[in-house]
Formats: sequence, structure tokens, C-alpha cells
Amino acid sequence: MALEITDLIKTYANGVEALKGISLSVEQGDFFALLGPNGAGKSTLIGIISSLVNSTSGDVKVFGDSVRKNRSAAMRHLGLVPQEFNFNQFESPLDIVVNQAGYYGLTRPLALERAEKYLRQLQLWDKHDKPSRQLSGGMKRRLMIARAMVHEPELLILDEPTAGVDIEIRREMWGFIKGINEAGTTVILTTHYLEEAEQLCRNIAIINHGKLVRNTDVKSLLASLDMETFLLDLREPLSTAPTVEGISTRLVDPNQIEAIVPRERSLNNLFSALDQAGVRVLSMRNKANRLEELFMRMINDDNQDKTEDSAA
Amino acid sequence: MSVKLNWIGYKTLVRKEIKRILRIWGQTIVPPAITMTLYFIIFGNLIGKRIGQMDGVDYMTFIVPGLVMMSVITNSYGNMVSSFFGAKFGRHIEELLVSPLPSYVIVAGYVSGAMTRGLIVGFVVSLIAMQFTHIAVSNILITVSIALLTSILFALAGMVNAIFAEKFDDIAIIPTFILTPLTYLGGVFYSISLLPEFWQKVSAFNPIFYIINGFRYGMLGQSDVSIGTAYAIILVFIGLLGSLCLWLVHTGKGLRS
Repeated sequence: MALEITDLIKTYANGVEALKGISLSVEQGDFFALLGPNGAGKSTLIGIISSLVNSTSGDVKVFGDSVRKNRSAAMRHLGLVPQEFNFNQFESPLDIVVNQAGYYGLTRPLALERAEKYLRQLQLWDKHDKPSRQLSGGMKRRLMIARAMVHEPELLILDEPTAGVDIEIRREMWGFIKGINEAGTTVILTTHYLEEAEQLCRNIAIINHGKLVRNTDVKSLLASLDMETFLLDLREPLSTAPTVEGISTRLVDPNQIEAIVPRERSLNNLFSALDQAGVRVLSMRNKANRLEELFMRMINDDNQDKTEDSAA
Repeated sequence: MSVKLNWIGYKTLVRKEIKRILRIWGQTIVPPAITMTLYFIIFGNLIGKRIGQMDGVDYMTFIVPGLVMMSVITNSYGNMVSSFFGAKFGRHIEELLVSPLPSYVIVAGYVSGAMTRGLIVGFVVSLIAMQFTHIAVSNILITVSIALLTSILFALAGMVNAIFAEKFDDIAIIPTFILTPLTYLGGVFYSISLLPEFWQKVSAFNPIFYIINGFRYGMLGQSDVSIGTAYAIILVFIGLLGSLCLWLVHTGKGLRS
């Protein structure tokens, strides 16, 4: 196992219970998504795995080494790309990456070689000797990936690596991370772009209010989607939404219909009903990414359960 | 194997710290050199001529060890608080906290960096002093060892301050309200024999008084305290502060949530 988390609890000094007994495991070579809304406990969980946060109880093992009992050995397996920029903005990208390599015991010639390799791969070599505060937001994110990769960890954790990055660079970063995973590195990713998780990850854990809501593989999770919501753009405006048996429809605006199609119905039912009603459809798309739809539903259900529990 | 890896980590951290000192030399080395030159001109040269001798030596010569020690103390301490707190504030201390480096390597690396600045500035101030007076070092071994140990001691004290500090004000309070008064009252500019008996007894509780006098013994061969007491006090404080720093970094107090 690349990562084994057992009964992990974290209660902060101010009494906030960030994690309430999380257990999960990530297999070697996996591309794993850790999802949850803001404040769910993702960053605390990553903080404990990377030893930046002390757990209250429970244990985390990285490739068999306990973070609590054998921190140094556990950290050797791990590379972390945090959510916030946490490098010295007065230092150059080369110095930042080479220094990090030194902290992991890489000799200076090897550190320089690796730093150049990763800065080139992440298209940062042109800026390698400039103060890092001069880098753009996307470059700073890539710099943190180069820094995390310089000791070539067996487990790479990326905490929202593409936040605030434009789509072109985001796709390039996906390609890079995918390549790392294909080369054998286990990757754990947290993201708010669920399209990212759907495209990249094989397994997924969703946490909410410090508890694990779901831990499964992406394929079977998507298969459990019992309905999908579509938006249909119309050629001519309508004043009321057409009625379709077994499918819920609503007029978003005179030129757009929202249709919720259950699994037992098909899009053919929808289109033949629209055709009979004389409605002409110009284009159609999913209202949200499929994983996003499931995610929202699970989080809403979980939040509702919590409200009912507290009311009871 | 792990000793070798830790040694590389230690060297990396020290190199990074020295590079920082040299990168901002206008803030780290030049200002103390200018301040000490002014002390030598005003107190040593101008006022010192009217004072004449103190403890059997020229006043200018008398203040040299104190001013060198003052530079070592303030610069070792200052380097540690600014570098370590800066790393904490900018969150790049996390680069070390997520690395496999054990606590003692992190403490040793930062202490070595702070020592480097303290000793560089102390050396520069000694060179400046030589432009004003002739100094024949009485015991080079004692002089160098007291300077080294003092830089370790105040680097460790700076680390404790930086670990507990939550804002920039917190790293200014201790130097302003504790370190500077204790240094000035530690006998930099006068011999304790000039003080009334009551204040002589009060001075005995000031650890910096022993440090400055220990260094003065090394340089001039005379002191208000025994050299053994000076060494003992420095070593006891190094032991206490060193253990405290190791414990703080190991448990992550003020560093890990």
C-alpha cells in the first residue's frame, strides 16, 4: 500500500474537530482523488500525511512507514505540492528546487541535474535564475511541482495544483502529472475541478465534515449516477416547458430547457417528445460534469443527514 | 546512510543561510559595522580621551571586547529571528518540515547560519577596532572559543523567540526590551567596580555580563569575573536553550498545527 490511514482524528486546540475518524488506503501506482467541499478536512488530512499537522489520534503509514513513529522514513517516500505558495519568493526557482533536493540527501551535482530536468519539463528553465516572486501564478504552481518531484518520490500529493491556472496550462499540467503516474508514482490529488478528477483519477474518496462519505473507483461511482441533467438550447423561444413523460423539464429562459433524465429513460424519449411538440433543439450539454453532479448530490445528502441528526 | 543524507541536508541549509546573509549584505553586515565605527569614534576616541584609563588600559582598548561581543550577540540573535521567523511567516519553513531532516539538523543548520553572521560581523568590528587602537590578543583560544560559544547561545535564544513569535512585533520586543539593556548593562562601556555595591550584585544576575567579561579576559587578559564562571554560564545556557529548541522543533510547537 502506498498510503494507509487508520482511525485518524484531529481536534484543533480551539476545539474544531477537523477529522472524525477517517480510515482509507491508496494502492501503489494509483491515481487517487480526494474530494470534499471547503472545510471538509482535506487540507488537514494532507497536513497530517505530510507531517505539517500533528494528529490527535490514529496513524498514517506511507509505504509502510508510520508518520507518527518513523517520520523521517515516511517523508522520504513523499512529495507535496501544497495549496498555498510556500517558497521563499526572494530565491530563484533553481535555488528553491536544489535546496529541497539537498534536504532529501541528494548530492549537489545530482540535485542540479534533477532541478534542471524538472524545471525544463515544467517550462520554467527560462526563469531558473530570476527571483521567484517575478513568476506568474501558473509558473509558481509548476515550480512547486518541480520542487516536490526533485527527489522523485514514490507518492506525490497535489493539493489543488491547478487552482487559478488557465485552461491551457492546466491541460499541460494534467499531461505532466499523468506521465508521472504512468511512470509508477502514486498520485493523490485534491481539486475543486471535478472534470479533472474524472479525467485523471481511477479511485476516489469524498470527505465531508471530517468523515469519509464515499471511497470507491471512479467508474463504479459514475455508474451509480441514476439521473443526468441536460441543458438544451432552442431554435425558437418558448413560453412554457414542454411536458415529457418520466422526464422532469423546466424553462431556464425562453431559449433554454433544463431536462432531468432518469437512467430508466433515454434521450430518445426526450427528443421524440420534443419533436412531437414541434420544439427544435440547436444544441445540448450536461448541466454539470457527471462526477460533479454525483458529488453535489452526495454532499447534499450528507449535509441533510447531519441536519436531521442534530434536529433529532 | 542516514548520517550521510543528514550531513548533505545540513550543508544545504547552511549554504542557503550564508547565501541569504551575503545576498542582503547591506542589511546584515554593513549597518552593524557603521554603528560600531560610530561607537569607536564617539565613545572611544572623543569621550574616551577625557576618561583616560579603565582597569589599567586605555578606555578605547577597554571597550573593544565589549563592542565586538555586542556585535556577535545582536547579529547571531538578529539573523536567527529574522531568518527563522521570515521562513515561518512566508511558510517556506514547510520545505524543511515536510522533508526527512530530523529536528537536530534543522536546529544545527539555522544555528550555524546565525553563527556565521555573528562571527563575520564580530570579525569586521575587530578589524575596525584595529584602526583606532592596538590590540594584542592575550589568549587567542579563549577569545575565539568565547566568541563561538556566544554566537551559538544567542542563535539558540533567537530561535526560541522566532518559534514563539506570531507577528513581526514579537521578534522586536525581546531584542529591544531585554537583549539591548542587558548588553549595555553587561559592562561594555564600564568596569563593574565603578558601580555601587548594590548594582554590582544586580549585575551578577546578568548572564551577558559574564560573557563580555569572559571575552575581555581573552583579549586583554583581565576581567571582572573568573573565566571559569564565564564558560560555565555560557555552557549551561547553551544546554538549556539547545534542549528547548530541539524539543520545540521536534514537537512542532509554533510550527506544526
